[in-house]
Amino acid sequence: MEQTITCINCPVGCRMTVTLSEQGAFISVTGNTCPRGAKYAQQECTLPERMITAVIPVTGRETPISVKTASPVPKKLIYDIMNELSSVRISAPVTIGQVILQDVLHTGVDIIATRNLA
Amino acid sequence: MNERNVDVLIIGAGPAGLAAAISARESGIESLLVLEREKESGGILRQCIHNGFGLHRFKEELTGPEYAQRDIDKAAELEIDIECSTTVLTVSSDHTVTCVSASKGLQIIHAKAIVLAMGCRERPRGALCTPGTRCAGIYSAGTAQRFVNLEGFMPGKRVVILGSGDIGLIMARRMTLQGAKVLACVEIMPYSSGLNRNIVQCLHDYDIPLYLSHTVIDIKGKERLEGVTVAKVDEKRNPIPGTEIEFDCDTLLLSCGLIPENELSLSAGVELSPATSGAVVNESFETSVPGIFACGNVLHVHDLVDHVSNESFKAGAAAAAYVRNEQLAAPMITVKDGNGVRGTVPQLIRSDTDKPVDLMFRPSAVFRNSAAVVECGEKELIRKKAMIFTPGEMALVTIKPEMLKELPADSITVRIE
Amino acid sequence: MNMTADIIVIGSGITGCAVVRELSRFHASVLVLDRESDLAEGATKANSGIVHAGYDAIPGTKKAFYNVRGANMYESLAKELGVPYRRCGALVLAFDEEDKKTIADLKARGETNGVTGLEILDRETLLKLEPNLNPEVVAALSVPTSAIVSPYEMAFALADDAALNGVRFRFDEEVVSVSKDSDGCFTVQTDKEAFCCKVLVNCAGAFGAEIHNQLSEEKLTMIHRRGQYYLLDRAAHQPFDRTVFQCPSVMGKGVLVSPTVHGNLLLGPTAEDIEDPLDTATTSSGLSDIIQKAARTWSGISTRTNITNFSGVRAHLPTDDFVVGPCEECPGYFEAIGIESPGLSSAPAIGQDLAEMIADHLSLARKEQTVPYPLPPVPFHDMTPEQREQAIQQDPLYGNIICRCEVVTEAEIRRAIRRPVGARSVDGVKRRTRAGMGRCQGGFCLPRVAAIISEETGIPLKEVTKNGGDSLLLSDTIDAFLKGGHDHE
Repeated sequence: MEQTITCINCPVGCRMTVTLSEQGAFISVTGNTCPRGAKYAQQECTLPERMITAVIPVTGRETPISVKTASPVPKKLIYDIMNELSSVRISAPVTIGQVILQDVLHTGVDIIATRNLA
Repeated sequence: MNERNVDVLIIGAGPAGLAAAISARESGIESLLVLEREKESGGILRQCIHNGFGLHRFKEELTGPEYAQRDIDKAAELEIDIECSTTVLTVSSDHTVTCVSASKGLQIIHAKAIVLAMGCRERPRGALCTPGTRCAGIYSAGTAQRFVNLEGFMPGKRVVILGSGDIGLIMARRMTLQGAKVLACVEIMPYSSGLNRNIVQCLHDYDIPLYLSHTVIDIKGKERLEGVTVAKVDEKRNPIPGTEIEFDCDTLLLSCGLIPENELSLSAGVELSPATSGAVVNESFETSVPGIFACGNVLHVHDLVDHVSNESFKAGAAAAAYVRNEQLAAPMITVKDGNGVRGTVPQLIRSDTDKPVDLMFRPSAVFRNSAAVVECGEKELIRKKAMIFTPGEMALVTIKPEMLKELPADSITVRIE
Repeated sequence: MNMTADIIVIGSGITGCAVVRELSRFHASVLVLDRESDLAEGATKANSGIVHAGYDAIPGTKKAFYNVRGANMYESLAKELGVPYRRCGALVLAFDEEDKKTIADLKARGETNGVTGLEILDRETLLKLEPNLNPEVVAALSVPTSAIVSPYEMAFALADDAALNGVRFRFDEEVVSVSKDSDGCFTVQTDKEAFCCKVLVNCAGAFGAEIHNQLSEEKLTMIHRRGQYYLLDRAAHQPFDRTVFQCPSVMGKGVLVSPTVHGNLLLGPTAEDIEDPLDTATTSSGLSDIIQKAARTWSGISTRTNITNFSGVRAHLPTDDFVVGPCEECPGYFEAIGIESPGLSSAPAIGQDLAEMIADHLSLARKEQTVPYPLPPVPFHDMTPEQREQAIQQDPLYGNIICRCEVVTEAEIRRAIRRPVGARSVDGVKRRTRAGMGRCQGGFCLPRVAAIISEETGIPLKEVTKNGGDSLLLSDTIDAFLKGGHDHE
């Protein structure tokens, strides 16, 4: 099984071809020009991850507060996590780094505030 | 009239202004004031809630608000005086600044040195001369970003994005995640000016098609936007008849370039560069008006805030040195744009500078496996090879002070080979 | 049916506003109906903003009569109402012998119409006066009495004055039919309700013929003639001090290059006959046509500082003249139809005449006292530092700059919404204050203007419009929007 991806590590943007086993295990990569590309290709084809950032309404305030996942989460969970966030409300005050939602969808990753709100 | 004196006055408390202020204070300036027109410091970073900021400077990936908070906290620790909700109306060449706010009324401030850090604005529809109706639903990408991230409102449901600059790409993802359908991202050039990472993570991840060498040729809708017509363009960027694609959308976001906001610089008589639309500066980021400095996106549009901060630390320190009369006075070396290079900053270097000088410029096209060359007449000063130079990524070469000694001419040229 | 008003005026463009302002001096109840959500939404908001001297109209026509009379009223009217107006003068350029004949004819025509100060200038004099003129110019007619005005601001001021003196305005009322009843009264049916009046006044602009044809056997056909424009930034170097025309043609006065009262530069208009009077789109062919033609006037033309393009639709009658006055076959029905250029220039005179005819018809008495029009404050943009300091002392909201490009304050935006016929939309605020009219085109101030409109009017933010109707700015709050569900899964 082959998969083509674009490397995001630098502006060169190498087009890489990754060979995977039928079970989806990484076998090899071609087209990369540096080891960073190979590492990215392996990760991206086996367990792609993304940071999610969003804003959440604050009770009694007109403007929302920005939040993020404390670390990257599996890419396939992006929409589920966004839906989860859509019903979250918080109250001021909030401090940057404060946990807004623990262990979102059992990923082991917390949603944390990215700004202060007095 | 409320009138006062300060040593260093900084206009703008975005990443550039904050860095300049921190650096001026750390260089020993006690009498320091920052003026900010918004209610809070942080500038455009306040609405850039995505991550990816600070890799160079902090060696970690921060969101915009987190990056800004580090400088805001540092400025607070250094007890830097930031007046928010204050708009500067004029700056004159004698360093007199008039500004207004609801709380303090009209103030006149005399500064020994001024740092211009007003940032930039987005190119609006008018500048593109896109024909069609003038309905609701057409926003610059940054305005939409403000609505979504700061005000908590969605500007529309079905979206076409014109221009593939980073803000447009970021908004493609943001609108999608928030429940809108992004139909297309349309780019008039044959390449995107956005980062690869954003093409992949903002478009590919969500199956949003990118139409290169295409543009919007008609806008339809009497009240709210009802659709746009997109067409392929030829090498001269003229639409090719017969290639039209109709999109049924209620929102058009424009991400077609940023323009340094230099109205105040002009009021001070600062000379601007046609290539950058920002001030002409020397290696200390001092403009053609002595004692007025410029840094950040008001000087030239950056793609990484880390570079903005870096440049602004230098500008702030230079403003402090100016106040202390520690200025250099040696003859100027002119920096010229050569083949494949646009808008090199700084445009002037004093030959007795004792610090390395970063020459920042934009490649005018995509160059693969080539080199950036800095030369003075026949004499090659620097040759820096790279696998790629692209207009989307500002390039940088560093000149060491010793390279500037005994040059055969009074100008150097930066080009891509 | 109850009498809704003594007099109903259809249309709140410059003509309708001029008529009702004059009518407000009489003892009568007056109601204005407009299909749009604000004043001046038709040709009044999208024209060249020129108060023509009156050299162009054929002597003896209504156009000639009202143009010269109206133009003579402008300066004092603008001063009285605090509307930006400047007598900048105009030039009509000649490039060959035929053009020279045309400008000589125009001069003679103007003199017959009573225009003063007309003069033919030679090339050398011209290039000294206006160094950015195309050096191929051979001569020009100089028109020192030509002036520029902000057309929609004039309509706003006239309407505010009228409203202060009792005239009522209803917007979003599209007239569907008009009829004269057996009792001699008129019924005006809109898409929402029916109104009744003794006197009906047709100032319906593009829709003037439609109304007329329901009340008269002498049918009129309206030609909708679109004009597109470029508007360049006011920070840009202004190439001309005067309005510069080329020789007129059958389609109109041709493409002009003119400063505006706010210091912008206007290029246009095109002249294209179109089907839909509401089709104010711009087209790529129209826009390139303007550049091509304006380049003949302005050597070194540049649209690098363009901030917007727009278009308006002129109400042209095949007779090429205005219809102004009572309709013989339908007593009580008055009209002003085909008010295209020089309609802006003529409006004050048309307003005066129509009001007097109507007052005669209804035997209305003149009010002994009218509510004086309070002169608007000087825009913050134009204030001296001392005036600015004083303004902020009196109202701290003058210290909040909302539109950074045009330097418009929160105090001014709130005042625009609180005016007698106040702004209800972002464009309404823009035209009354210039917020969003600058080089960033509202990129920065739009969210703040929308929020102020919401606060002042009580309209929820997500229902604030760009320009009335369904021109909503926003879809919904982010959380409500997301709850609507992703269709991606």
